[in-house]
Amino acid sequence: MPVIELKDVVGGYGGAPILNGVNIAIEQSDIGVIVGPNGAGKSTTLKAIFGLLRVTGGSIVFNGEEIQNALPDRLVPKGLSFVPQEKNVFTSMSVEENLEMGAFTRTDDYRPTMEWVYEMFPVLREKRRQPAGELSGGQRQMVAMGRALMSQPKLLLLDEPSAGLSPRYVLEIFEQIVKVNKAGVGILMVEQNARQALAFASRGFVLATGKNRFTGTGAELIADPEVAKSFLGG
Amino acid sequence: MNELIFFFNNVMIAGVVLGSIYAVGAIGVTLIFGILRFAHFAHGDMMTMGAFVAFLLMTAFQAMGFTTPFLPTGFVVLPIAMVFTAIIALGIDKGFYAPLRARGARPVTLLIASIGVTLIIQGLIRLFFGSGTWSFFETEQKQLIRIPVPLEGVTRTINFTQPQLLMIVATIIAVVALHLFLTRSRLGKAMRAMADNADLAQVSGINTKLVVRVTWIIAGGLAAMAGTMLALDVNLKPDLAFNIVLPIFAAAIVGGLGKPFGAIAGGYLIGFAETAAIFNWSVLARPFAGSLPFELPATVAIVPTEYKLTVAFVILVVVLLWRPTGIFKGAST
Repeated sequence: MPVIELKDVVGGYGGAPILNGVNIAIEQSDIGVIVGPNGAGKSTTLKAIFGLLRVTGGSIVFNGEEIQNALPDRLVPKGLSFVPQEKNVFTSMSVEENLEMGAFTRTDDYRPTMEWVYEMFPVLREKRRQPAGELSGGQRQMVAMGRALMSQPKLLLLDEPSAGLSPRYVLEIFEQIVKVNKAGVGILMVEQNARQALAFASRGFVLATGKNRFTGTGAELIADPEVAKSFLGG
Repeated sequence: MNELIFFFNNVMIAGVVLGSIYAVGAIGVTLIFGILRFAHFAHGDMMTMGAFVAFLLMTAFQAMGFTTPFLPTGFVVLPIAMVFTAIIALGIDKGFYAPLRARGARPVTLLIASIGVTLIIQGLIRLFFGSGTWSFFETEQKQLIRIPVPLEGVTRTINFTQPQLLMIVATIIAVVALHLFLTRSRLGKAMRAMADNADLAQVSGINTKLVVRVTWIIAGGLAAMAGTMLALDVNLKPDLAFNIVLPIFAAAIVGGLGKPFGAIAGGYLIGFAETAAIFNWSVLARPFAGSLPFELPATVAIVPTEYKLTVAFVILVVVLLWRPTGIFKGAST
């Protein structure tokens, strides 16, 4: 059973719909990557899953339960986490406090999860007392992912995790994402570095004008000459 | 030496007293701004309302024959008044601001709505209590505390009233409690998170409606405290705190909007500046009058008493020129 399944999702911010029938399905063991040109509705798809914009048609099923238009404070306890592209850390709060905020919906002891996050991102343990706003771009991205992991999600939604990072950090962040996925967390992410992201994706979705254009494994999409020509820059 | 004690009484003590009231009021303003992103203009009237709640409670307690041996009854009922005012603040939010927020109203709309709330509160108070002044000390004595200074030739004493002393103690307790709440408790941290980045707080699954409610409870409780302290120091009247809402806003902005410790710093800064500005500095120079090459004027104050309020704005302008988002680097929008 897929951990998340979007069927013909239509939605937008109130005006004309931005999504015109998006279909996505991934397993919890997958890393799903959504690529496509600017304005294709990639980030919008993630926001639609997370209840941040109105879904007017189709269905979103998470873990066997319909969740379209549910708000984040209900989705997070169900096992869904979202890392926005920008402004994704509490800059005035310490790294540790950022992680605690990710565990806000939990009533049990979250310290083992925090320990797990620190083991995955050792640099965060060193900087745990520092305000997150003082960290580098790559470290902030780790804080943001760590915060999202604190709710012990089944599926992590990442909006362009490599945006604004230097090439050296891009690879590092991708490696961290694979590590998180190996630990049993499904990943659905939007990426601008399409070729690089598809290279380690188990599922790939090419969106254009709010609809699926191509769907397949990452390797299939990279090998497809039409995808390569139109969406991966030749 | 007598002149120095005069200075201490009129600038230091008066400054701490005024600063405490400004600080406790400004914390509420800054918290509401941090969480809800609008300038709550009715905060002064919430303070006045809190003072009237305390006044009613005191009257009721006295009518029931309840007396307190050492403390003014108005101060003893303060915790109950804080609870009542917090509940009223929640009601005001639910009745006026929450419906506007649900429709996506902009901050300026909420500001205008809060001016409406100001008029409603003042109108209701005048309806029930008239426009006269009321005193917390009709039946009780306001105790004056005089501390003699054991130095030769000193005749003046350090003077303050018991309510002033209680006010300072209460402020310290409130500030420490607020600090512990914001840095140790899960909800307090969620409040800071929401003030830092409301969208991310929502995405993290933080119950933002709960945070908003807690904000009103704290702001309402502190408003009752500041208002009652002010009314215990002076007299109770319908425009008691409306008159100081501008320096309170100045204190919140000077400290950095959304920063509770900034509001405290801003409150005391403006409190001391106001008392220092209206102090007659000629008094301090009087012992040296004979050795001065010019005749000492009777009054040398930076501003006349009537212009006390302008001091807050001068400080506001100067601080913002130096640090555009306030001493504690608060929000700019």
